[in-house]
Order: sequence, then structure tokens, then C-alpha cells
Amino acid sequence: MDYGHSDRPAGATPLPTAIKILVAGGFGVGKTTMVGAVSETRPLRTEEVLTESGVGIDDLSGVEGKTTTTVAMDFGRITISDDLVLYLFGTPGQDRFWFVWDELALGAIGAVVLADTRRLADCFPSIDYFEGRGTPFVVAVNCFEGSRQYRLDEVHAALNLDPGVPVLLCDARQRESSKEVLVTLMEHAMKTREARRRAAGAN
Amino acid sequence: MTVQGESADQQWVDDHAGPVVRPYAMTRGRARPVTGTFDLISLVTATRADVTPEVGLGPEHLAIVGLCQRMQSVAEIAAHLDLPVGTIRVLLGDLAARSLVQVREPQTTAGLPDNSIFEAVINGLRAL
Repeated sequence: MDYGHSDRPAGATPLPTAIKILVAGGFGVGKTTMVGAVSETRPLRTEEVLTESGVGIDDLSGVEGKTTTTVAMDFGRITISDDLVLYLFGTPGQDRFWFVWDELALGAIGAVVLADTRRLADCFPSIDYFEGRGTPFVVAVNCFEGSRQYRLDEVHAALNLDPGVPVLLCDARQRESSKEVLVTLMEHAMKTREARRRAAGAN
Repeated sequence: MTVQGESADQQWVDDHAGPVVRPYAMTRGRARPVTGTFDLISLVTATRADVTPEVGLGPEHLAIVGLCQRMQSVAEIAAHLDLPVGTIRVLLGDLAARSLVQVREPQTTAGLPDNSIFEAVINGLRAL
């Protein structure tokens, strides 16, 4: 049971640190499913409204009166401790919403790129994006029923990934499996950060 | 104010205008907050248990203060109040300017002093 609100200002207690991880990949690959599998509540949805300038590449024929587009992002929360909160954001699937990606990727500790071996090319834009930004990422192959099983090194080669980028199998519906993906990402992000610090120190 | 159903507005207030008009009315047309940047994961806590209505504060401002009695991220506030993030940022700017909320911006990964946050997250995830 919650205690009643005290008269003490809430600001007197130190605020925790928040970090974020992105879950990217093609449409229907299981991003929101993974967010929901590990979050403490069902995924929440937040929306950004794009104004006319942001939708210049949209085909507006037939809907000329429309000057705004809404981009939805699903996200979830994992409270690690009293002073540490992890947020997971599913990235919008469409390439034309890169401007939302930029905001999401800013300050992100890392990213999970979900892949479906039946439509591997769908995750290329995500991989290109995180490689370009230098955001640490792992590729998690979501094992859909009926899809042919590939060896992880085959997927690694097909995606032309840098040698250090982890590739693992997962079931985005399963909490344990999704947790393992996040742990792998955090370990990879920590290694990447250490390597960069060493490189910076060597100069 | 637009009133749905009035003949003069009928052509304009369609499905697409609907969700957009009200948020901008709430911010009185402002697209940027008066203060602060408000990342999606900036954490917001109300500094007071209650706020009496005053000039310049609408019901949405009061709703945010109510919600932030427990710490919330900007994204969570937007989701719970079912408003676009841009609108929430403007409203939070108003509240921050009046010191009614305390905001903690997230740290950048590069700015972290050591690996302790990584290790805490890994251990925390394993313990879930």
C-alpha cells in the first residue's frame, strides 16, 4: 500500500538516473513484443506530432488538407533500483521518421536490432543507422515459428557486421530470452565504451 | 476555440485536425517550452503535494503535478495524459519556470565516471 503524500517536498530526495535502450528493426519483427516481455508494465505509447516541414517526403496526394503526421513510439520501464531506471524504446518502423530516431538515439546506451531471417533486409537501415552514429548494438534474431534456422555466423556474415558485434537468437515473447538479449547488449556497450576510452587515452 | 459541429468549422475539424488542435490550444500556440529541453527520459518530480489553480496554469498543468508525485519520465507523462510529447514539454517548461517540478536530465554515456551503472543494470536485469 502506498503511503500518503508527505508535506516534505518531493524534491528533497535525490532523483534517480535514467538510461535508455532502443529496440529497432523492421515492421512486425517484434519490437513492441520484446519491450512488453521485459517491462514492468504493459508497453506505453507516446506520440510526436510532425508539422508540415517534417512530412515533406510524404505523398500527400488525396489528403492535401493533412499538414501533420503522428509518429507513435512504444516504450517500457524497468526499475533496476531506487536510483536507476531503464527505459526501452521501440523505434518507429518507417525510415522517414529519422528525425524521431535522432532524438531517441541521443544519449541511448545501446540498441537491440531485431531481425527476422525471412526478411533480413528489413533490419539493414537500423544497422546502418547505429553503425553511422557509433551506438553500440547487438543483433537479436527473433525465432519465428516456421522460419528456417540459420547459424549465427551465417547471419553475421549476411549482415556484414563488424567482428565484435554480438549476434544471438531470441524469442521476443519470452521474458528470460529478452533479458538475455539486454544483458548481452549491456556487456557489449560496456566493452565498447572501455575500448573507446583506451583509444582516446592512447592519443 | 473551435467547437466541433459548428458549421463554419465543419470542413476544417476533421479526423486529422482533431488530435492536433487541442494540444496547441493547451499550450496557447507555443511549440517550445519557456525553459529546459526535456529529453524523453528526463525524470520529473513535483516539488509540492498540491498546486492551487492560478493564472497561466491549466488543468493539464495540475494533472502533471498530480502525476509527478511519483517520479515520471517525460515519455511516461505524455503517455499517461495521452498528449504529444511536444505539448508536454511546453507544459513542463511552465511548471519548471515556477519551480513546481524538479527535472533531472539524463547523463550521457560518455559522461559516466565508471562502469558502475553498466554493472548495476546487468545485475538488475539478471535479478528480474
